[in-house]
Amino acid sequence: MAVGRTIGGRLIHLIWIMFAVSFLTFLLMFLAPGDAAAKKLNAQGVAVSEEVLEQTRVSMGLDRPFLVQYGEWALRALRGDLGASYKDGFPVADKLVRALGRTAVLTLSSLSLALLIALPLSVLSALKRDSVIDDVTRLFSFIGNSLPNFLISVLLMYFLSVRLRVLPLTANESVQGLVMPCLALSIPICGRFIRQFRAAILEELGKPYVSGAILRGVRRRYVLKSVLHNVSIPMLTIVGLSVGTLLGGSVVIETIFRWPGLGKLAMDAISNRDYPVIQGFVLLTSTVYVVINLLIDLCYRWIDPRLNESGGEA
Amino acid sequence: MMKRAKPSRRGRSRLRLFIVLAGLLILVSLLAPLLCPNDPNATSAAAMNRPPCAEYPFGTDRYGRCVCSRVLMGARTSIFSAVVLVGVTFAVGTALGMLAGWYGGIVDALVMRLADVMLAFPQMVLAIAVAGILGGGMVNAMLAMGITGWTLYARLARAQVLSLKEEPYVHAARLSGLGGWRVLTGTLLPNMLGPLLVTAATQIGVMMIGIAGLSFLGIGVVEPQAEWGSMINASRAYMQLAPWAVLAPAAATIVTVMVFNCLGDSVRDALDVGVER
Repeated sequence: MAVGRTIGGRLIHLIWIMFAVSFLTFLLMFLAPGDAAAKKLNAQGVAVSEEVLEQTRVSMGLDRPFLVQYGEWALRALRGDLGASYKDGFPVADKLVRALGRTAVLTLSSLSLALLIALPLSVLSALKRDSVIDDVTRLFSFIGNSLPNFLISVLLMYFLSVRLRVLPLTANESVQGLVMPCLALSIPICGRFIRQFRAAILEELGKPYVSGAILRGVRRRYVLKSVLHNVSIPMLTIVGLSVGTLLGGSVVIETIFRWPGLGKLAMDAISNRDYPVIQGFVLLTSTVYVVINLLIDLCYRWIDPRLNESGGEA
Repeated sequence: MMKRAKPSRRGRSRLRLFIVLAGLLILVSLLAPLLCPNDPNATSAAAMNRPPCAEYPFGTDRYGRCVCSRVLMGARTSIFSAVVLVGVTFAVGTALGMLAGWYGGIVDALVMRLADVMLAFPQMVLAIAVAGILGGGMVNAMLAMGITGWTLYARLARAQVLSLKEEPYVHAARLSGLGGWRVLTGTLLPNMLGPLLVTAATQIGVMMIGIAGLSFLGIGVVEPQAEWGSMINASRAYMQLAPWAVLAPAAATIVTVMVFNCLGDSVRDALDVGVER
């Protein structure tokens, strides 16, 4: 996402991206076949007559030009009004806010777990390249990378809940309920982290300043410290991109474990054909994703102040 | 400098092994209808949730359908859809990226801004929304994954064209009178295929997981068409009664994704291009 060169440029880029994202999100609604008014009435289970249909069309503003409809929708969205659910008439924004907390708990704990395992293992693996530790770590990373999260969930459920009966089958408020969803969400991401972190560290270790410092007799501990400092920028990029995977994965995991977060809300909305909720979900998750990556971008300047002077890498 | 592994003999034999394994899987998926021991869609009230036996090698599911036959037919859906999807996104993305890099200006701005916007959506979130709204089916699931999938190739192809554009041999090709199209396909494409192929090879596993995930959620491939993700979802409620109906498609998914991921890795090692995904 390297387009803007200064912080101001990044912000302008962010505004343009969010405009385009909101426009595409608005368009999502029109992917579904049929008339929006009929869809709303169907979702509410109202008998559709021509007269009711016409009234609903006018009340939804469907008789006005397309761009006007988008403009009004976007202006309301900016004020935090994402419309009302077709299903029960509750404001979509309220539903999303209520579910956001649970998804944050799930995704943040999964991200922390993945980092907790991946950071030490990737450093160890890169330092002891081609040793037994490296081989085992890479095998673990490869397996994690190849397992779909839904498969991990089902296997965990089968072995831990059905066979051994040590954990509850569905997620409840307790910490025990969080164990399986968190594992299922973090294992694939952990596998990818180890692989990419290791590659980044190995690349940094191959740079001349490292061998120079070691030959000069600098203690390895200090060399490692500057290597890790330098490698933190590519690592942050990797973590930022994983937020997208976490948000997508949480839909699957929350559906399987009945975890009442954003993903479960979205899947329920899909099965109810509740389009405003689906739109709200896509808009919210994309905003979170874009903003987190912008913040990470700003972190680069804090880690490496030289980026401020040259205006950042293109 | 660090020692960098050249395409060693070991690397090449590894590549050959995984090409053979992937080829075998593709062959199995093509020949699936001939290999099935039973009709994959035939239900039988007399043989529900039957454990693995001689007649049903992987047992039967809750409708008495042969799990083995359904796993074989599922290979067809899963492998075929992933390979076709990667092929199409590869072709579209590469073409758009090359045009953007070659002509620059408005074409470049349009293509790359569109790619930027698509990358602002988390891939699976958009795929779930699109597939969910379009309402199931293999083609819709592929469409949902492909909407963001092409951007990878477009960005890579554009960067390659930009870096190769000023090479002497490209100037030579233009001076000898070749048109833009001939230079792009005849001169540039063969020289930039490496990293693109590596990306495509590694994406097969990713796309397979994605489509299986959509089917698992019930918004991808739908019953009665056999697909591993939807089989796992449909059978997981009966996991206590008939674990084989979950474990067989699960094992098939794991093995297939691993083989294609290994293939991707060995293609990268063999071509020795530093694309890390």
